Amino acid sequence: MSRPIIEVRNVSKLYRLGSIGAGTFQDALKRRWALMLGREDPLKRVGEKELMIPRDHPQAGSEPNTFWALKDVTFDVREGEVLGVIGKNGAGKSTLLKILSRITEPTEGRIVMRGRVASLLEVGTGFHPDLTGRENIYLNGAILGMRTREIDARFDDIVEFSEVERFIDTPVKRYSSGMYVRLAFAVAAHLDPEILVVDEVLAVGDAEFQKKCLGKMQDVAASGRTVLFVSHNMNTVRSFCTQCVFIEAGRATAGLPVPTAIARYMGVSPVHASTSVDMTTLPRQFSALGDSIRFTRVDVLSHPVRETEDICFGLEVNAAESVKGLLLGAYIGVPGQRCLGVAQTELPGELKHGKNYLKLRIRGGQLASGEYVAGFFIRDSFRDYDYVREFLPFVVEPAVTDDWTSYWHPSWGSVRFACQVSAETEQDAAAAEVSHSAVSLSEQDARP
Amino acid sequence: MPATNYELVIEPSKGWFDIRWRELLHYRDLTLLLVRRDFVSKYKQTVLGPAWFVIQPLLTTLVFTIIFGNVARLGTDGMPHVPFYLAGLLLWSYFAQSLPAIGSCLIVNSNLFTKVYFPRLVVPLSILLSNLIALALQFVTFLAFWAYYRYATEAGAVMQANWTVLLFPLLIIQTAMLAGGVGLWLAVITSQYRDLQHLMSFIVQIWMYASFIIVPLSDVPERFRLWAALNPMVAVVEGTRYAFLGKAALTPLHIGVSAAITLVVFATGVAAFGRIERKFVDYI
Repeated sequence: MSRPIIEVRNVSKLYRLGSIGAGTFQDALKRRWALMLGREDPLKRVGEKELMIPRDHPQAGSEPNTFWALKDVTFDVREGEVLGVIGKNGAGKSTLLKILSRITEPTEGRIVMRGRVASLLEVGTGFHPDLTGRENIYLNGAILGMRTREIDARFDDIVEFSEVERFIDTPVKRYSSGMYVRLAFAVAAHLDPEILVVDEVLAVGDAEFQKKCLGKMQDVAASGRTVLFVSHNMNTVRSFCTQCVFIEAGRATAGLPVPTAIARYMGVSPVHASTSVDMTTLPRQFSALGDSIRFTRVDVLSHPVRETEDICFGLEVNAAESVKGLLLGAYIGVPGQRCLGVAQTELPGELKHGKNYLKLRIRGGQLASGEYVAGFFIRDSFRDYDYVREFLPFVVEPAVTDDWTSYWHPSWGSVRFACQVSAETEQDAAAAEVSHSAVSLSEQDARP
Repeated sequence: MPATNYELVIEPSKGWFDIRWRELLHYRDLTLLLVRRDFVSKYKQTVLGPAWFVIQPLLTTLVFTIIFGNVARLGTDGMPHVPFYLAGLLLWSYFAQSLPAIGSCLIVNSNLFTKVYFPRLVVPLSILLSNLIALALQFVTFLAFWAYYRYATEAGAVMQANWTVLLFPLLIIQTAMLAGGVGLWLAVITSQYRDLQHLMSFIVQIWMYASFIIVPLSDVPERFRLWAALNPMVAVVEGTRYAFLGKAALTPLHIGVSAAITLVVFATGVAAFGRIERKFVDYI
């Protein structure tokens, strides 16, 4: 096996808080002066809090007010891989990106990149408003590391992709913001590196253009180049990446399959066999109707669940009186998106006064592998008794099977439609057509 | 494996003189495009365009001639006022334009530096190069005035250009190195302490008076001249006057001191900049 195209080894980055960033020359002189006289640092007493980072903070450095934004990050990227880097805000994604892009250097560690790198943290870096579109293409291309003759060769493609042919000799300050972004992305999209480091902010502009951007990036990935993609958007990660690095509090977990990494990002830990969530304090959608029936707890009884297995929720419900004719339901959604669908069914018998434990089973094989959120409601024919919006994350993992027909591509969405196919003879088909037209004829006849 | 055997290693920088010169060469297209950007954007949407590069020093010369020459009656080594001031202003303008631009380049371009990597030295280098275009225009203007005064006026007959004119390119290089060296130091300091940013124009102004552009060095008592020559711009300004006008109070010692200081400032400036260029984004 060949060597990895990117090797990241024990990379750490220490940031110093406050002492330099906020500094003016005067502050530095004051500090020097105090040190010379053997006094206490004057700035410590005056404005700044003594410690911005508590000493026992897991990311605190050995000196006061230092902070490990990244600590011992190690991973490999193989050629042709599309690696998603995900993590919450402040986890260290951007720092990693900046180090990989050589904008700032690591405090410790070593990275080897075996190929030409282009990194896109922003579109249109260095665009000058007074220069024309043409001039900016060259300038921006050069800033991104292209030589003039490379830009010459791709100039027509860039202009075509950007759809601003007519305005190419107009200063970009006269462009609409859409044109500006299109031109900027067009330059970036025509970089031809072996390794592409991309920040999600790249996908800007209207929905149409975002699609075009992502399409272009997919092309890059499909052409066998290596992409390192930092994102918050799990849909993009799901449809785009082949592997993930998950960053949390400056530490990275590498080599994760995409669904597992996304699940961790969503705050779900697929490792736990069952999760219980106390529902008493969760916000209710409708509270005007009183609280005679309340969900108090939910257990995820099958977790993680395979695609082919049933999904089971155990719901503890508290009722102030016994009620008949109720409907129990679960909203199933994809995080950050609208509800995918609802599973609802009538409650057999009555809900007795006091504590009830209901088990809701959703048949397996309907949800494709991925991560979802569930919410629950209980109602009668015309009003909700209790309704808690999607709050409960759970993961559906791919079925362990050799059956190739169960293959599911991440970009195919979340629902497996049950379907059948049957082979029919031509005569059957003809007969079906005749009967169909007969029906429509008779319908016409029926009309006055 | 990738088609190229390119291998890039990212590590914490070590040592003082860690400049990747070859990379700088690779980015020569960017340097030239930045030169173009600087030059073009300066006169876009102006009526007179590049003519401004010529008009500015001429206006300054006019003011000097009226105030210092005619009102204050300061000496000019017996030279006609206009070529005397123009000669002094020639490289001084180059210096005075480049120094603050380089000094603030890290802050001005921080949006660029925090988003994309390229050798940071490309920016100061492009500033020095783009100001060279203005210098060329001003040089042509100066030659025109010089020729007019030399051959069309009686007072100009004292002007004696000599073989040292051939050394003028060295003076340009020295000015560029000095503006570069001091500018890089200022950039390094201002990236941490913004105070100097406000002082920049003041520094340039004071420096001009210390560079004997308004009065010749010969107006200074001889024992103080070496002190004055500690400012490398003195040798540059006086050197220009000697080459084109044939009169200056410059000695080889002055030139040596000036060259040595310039070299030291330049080398330390580049080193300091190289040391900070991969870290400054953390605290800019």
